[in-house]
Amino acid sequence: MTMNYFDHDLTSLHQQLVNKETTATELVQATLDNIKATDDQLNAFITTNPESALEAAKALDKAGQFDNALAGIPLGLKDNMATKGIQTSAASRILKDFKPVYTATAVDKLNAAGAISVGKANMDEFAMGGSTETSYYKTTTNAWDHTKVPGGSSGGSAAAVAGGQVPFALGSDTGGSIRQPAAFNGIVGMKPTYGRVSRWGLFAMASSLDQIGPFTRTVKDNALVLNTISGHDQRDSTSATREVPDFTSKLTGDVKGLRIAVPKEYFGEGIDERVSVTVRAAIAQLEALGATVDEVSLPHTKYGVAAYYIIMSSEASSNLQRYDGVKYGFRADDVKNLEDLYVKTRSEGFGDEVKRRIMLGTFSLSAGAYDAFFKKAAKIRTLIIEDFNKVFEDYDVIVGPTAPTVAYGIGEEIDDPTAMYLADVLTIPVNLAGLPGMSVNAGFVDNLPVGLQIIGKPFDESTVYQTGYAFEQASRLFEKKPDIAKEY
Amino acid sequence: MSNFETTIGLEVHVEMKTNSKLLSPSPVHFGSEPNENANAIDFGYPGVLPVANKGAIEFGMRVAMALHADITPFIRWDRKNYFYPDNPKAYQTTQSQTPIGTNGYIDITLDDGTVKRIGITEMHVEEDAGKNTHGTDGYSYVDLNRQGTPLIEIVSEPDLSSPEEAKAYLEQLRKVVQFTGVSDVKMQEGQMRADVNVSLRPYGSDTYGTKVEMKNINSFNYVYNALAFEEKRQARVLMSGGTIRQETRRYDEPTKSTILMRVKEGADDYRYFPEPDLAPIAISQDWIAEVAQSLPESANDRRQRYVSELGIEQYDADVLTQTMEMADFYDQAVTSGGEPKRVANYLIGDVNAYLNKNQVELPDTQLTPEHLAGMVKLIEDGTISTKQAKKVFEAIMVGEDPAEYAHQHGLVQLSDPAQLTPIINEILDNNPQSIEDFKGGKDRAVGFLIGQIMKATKGQANPGVVNKILMQALNER
Repeated sequence: MTMNYFDHDLTSLHQQLVNKETTATELVQATLDNIKATDDQLNAFITTNPESALEAAKALDKAGQFDNALAGIPLGLKDNMATKGIQTSAASRILKDFKPVYTATAVDKLNAAGAISVGKANMDEFAMGGSTETSYYKTTTNAWDHTKVPGGSSGGSAAAVAGGQVPFALGSDTGGSIRQPAAFNGIVGMKPTYGRVSRWGLFAMASSLDQIGPFTRTVKDNALVLNTISGHDQRDSTSATREVPDFTSKLTGDVKGLRIAVPKEYFGEGIDERVSVTVRAAIAQLEALGATVDEVSLPHTKYGVAAYYIIMSSEASSNLQRYDGVKYGFRADDVKNLEDLYVKTRSEGFGDEVKRRIMLGTFSLSAGAYDAFFKKAAKIRTLIIEDFNKVFEDYDVIVGPTAPTVAYGIGEEIDDPTAMYLADVLTIPVNLAGLPGMSVNAGFVDNLPVGLQIIGKPFDESTVYQTGYAFEQASRLFEKKPDIAKEY
Repeated sequence: MSNFETTIGLEVHVEMKTNSKLLSPSPVHFGSEPNENANAIDFGYPGVLPVANKGAIEFGMRVAMALHADITPFIRWDRKNYFYPDNPKAYQTTQSQTPIGTNGYIDITLDDGTVKRIGITEMHVEEDAGKNTHGTDGYSYVDLNRQGTPLIEIVSEPDLSSPEEAKAYLEQLRKVVQFTGVSDVKMQEGQMRADVNVSLRPYGSDTYGTKVEMKNINSFNYVYNALAFEEKRQARVLMSGGTIRQETRRYDEPTKSTILMRVKEGADDYRYFPEPDLAPIAISQDWIAEVAQSLPESANDRRQRYVSELGIEQYDADVLTQTMEMADFYDQAVTSGGEPKRVANYLIGDVNAYLNKNQVELPDTQLTPEHLAGMVKLIEDGTISTKQAKKVFEAIMVGEDPAEYAHQHGLVQLSDPAQLTPIINEILDNNPQSIEDFKGGKDRAVGFLIGQIMKATKGQANPGVVNKILMQALNER
């Protein structure tokens, strides 16, 4: 028995549970059946945990308490978030069969709210990639066209939601890894302000950029999930101590007087003209709803990719050194000595993209290169932050496309890393500045979704949601379903 | 040796006795089962995050204050990257760019009595590594109990010019650090270890010679021996026209020599960069003032106080402030009412002799400051004689209460004149000849009479009091 989540948002599911029209056990079983029915097409999950999920559902049904908005509702988790006793591999061979002894804080919070994770979604290895093709385990497909990539790195989470397997999922975003797959799959993906959600238990790629966030079909669903996973965590000293507002509070559909900035650089060279047109139409719709729209400049945007790939790879090169075959995870056989153990384990355990970034980062931090690379990149980061600060003096949100193109074919770009890196140009600056950024569906090009990116001031996710909700409710684009919806 | 000038710089690591580790809640404890005190953070599991121990930062501030250093107002952490099994994250969290203290100094007293000021470049807080051991079964083992223990590394200027100075510096540094209360500085447990850099240059040369490094030496004598050997070795090489290579050597105690480990070709590249998992820390003036309040009195201040306020001799005050344990013990005994000079004499004399004889440290014994003070009070108020005190001393060293012990074992002086006078009168009545002798000027008679009195009181009479009453009685007869 499957469940058609296209017709039920989180509020509706919650109501059904409260009214005893369904049970948590039914929802979890249906979700597992959904995955069974469609994962041969989507390949969204690396691991599922039916026993523990059903067990949690039964306990919840027995208690009969569905006070919390997420209680009894199933979800999927990106495979880089620690789940106690369940393989968490970051889609890497080096962590094959690795079962953490602890659970990520964001997941703990969902568990405490009664939400039930059914599995671990596919991703680019260690979140390095934009197409989910660097996974050691499988290649996930786009929910709208299975010959296309789902985007990445959180491609499994995005496809699972867009393909109707789960009502919502968590992903992580270091340079666009939530927003870009959300755009490619026509759903809502939020990267919150850096520090909003604890990173405890998130397998680090780049510590100063990584942030966990929700994938949902609607803006309101997204705000509900962020309400649950946000907040300070004593185990993460980079998590923010400020209070968490109710992110649904500004979901009125009203954007009258909202001051929207549109950076001209976000419609420049390399942006597919049809994407530009779709996004501009979406912006026009917001203007028609009463927002004011002005063109602005973020002059250092063009340096973002270079700065990002230096900072991200530098931090990643250090963060990934712990995978050495000594303590846990994969260890190469047949080693002669310590150096051999390190070299063979890491050579066999990591894929090409991971190795590429480790080398790039190691070089950027080396004594001869540090000033010209890491230090300069850090300076550019400051300039990019200043660009945003200046615009936010006069505007409430910044909008533009999420990605330069719609989803491309599987295998098309994977051998051209530079082209892949350049495709992150519109999402990267948001991570460098630590801002909240969300992608909502702006329309379609060749039946493939286009993302509208909405960027907010630090810790002002509420206004980002307000903007996205107004557009979503006016455009009703979330009602359009991919063909895979017919499977349920 | 006379052709060359020796230049020595020391980098000293001291383990700080915080309850928990620098970046994880695991306990800091020596002597546990392997990996008993290591959690997922210490193991460098994926997804774990460090949280800086505020206590370790405050301990770092204490050391900086005690070394007269400037405290850095805004500190952030850095990563030092290198692979080794005892370094589970493959980076050490340290403070390379913003050490907690800079520009300090320490004064050392040389053998000829002159005082030399040794500059301290900087001191920084960082985490210790675990331990690798190589089993006889062909396997290597990693114990991460020590991993993450907070260290303070104290880097001297190259101001030391002989092995003697280096040893004096280490002894003084150990003392200063110990009196901040941040470490017991137990050398045998590796709580203080020195990396030694030494080079020679011809007198008058304005550039330093190539330096040789010796790492992790945990005995002052070894540092001395290693430096003495290196001075000779390097001089011999230079005199014969050779050059010193930049190398790492190891001190070998059996041969009292240094052995080449590896030649350094260029500097190691640890790819330092700012630690992105830890928020930077602002150190406000208020915080500094608060920590200054908690800083225990230094050895110097205590020594001066003992002399000026308690009337202790300079030399004795020196001895009492050799270790914080001794000084704390002394202060507590005096606070408990022990007469300061007599308490000092006991600590310096009998207690030290006991420790030396039994090869133990003060905290290893059962002696408490209260018991020592109690015994001194018994002597002062005449309850026991100094002779009786010898037995009481043996008892308090094994944990007995001095007053109880003295009473139970009859070690109590008879000092009450009301009790002594009848006994004395009786003995005088029975010895008229002695009174005659006394009147005739024979002083010997007094000794005889006292002997009789002591015999009658089983030796418990207070000789001072007996003497006084006896002389009065004799003169009255």
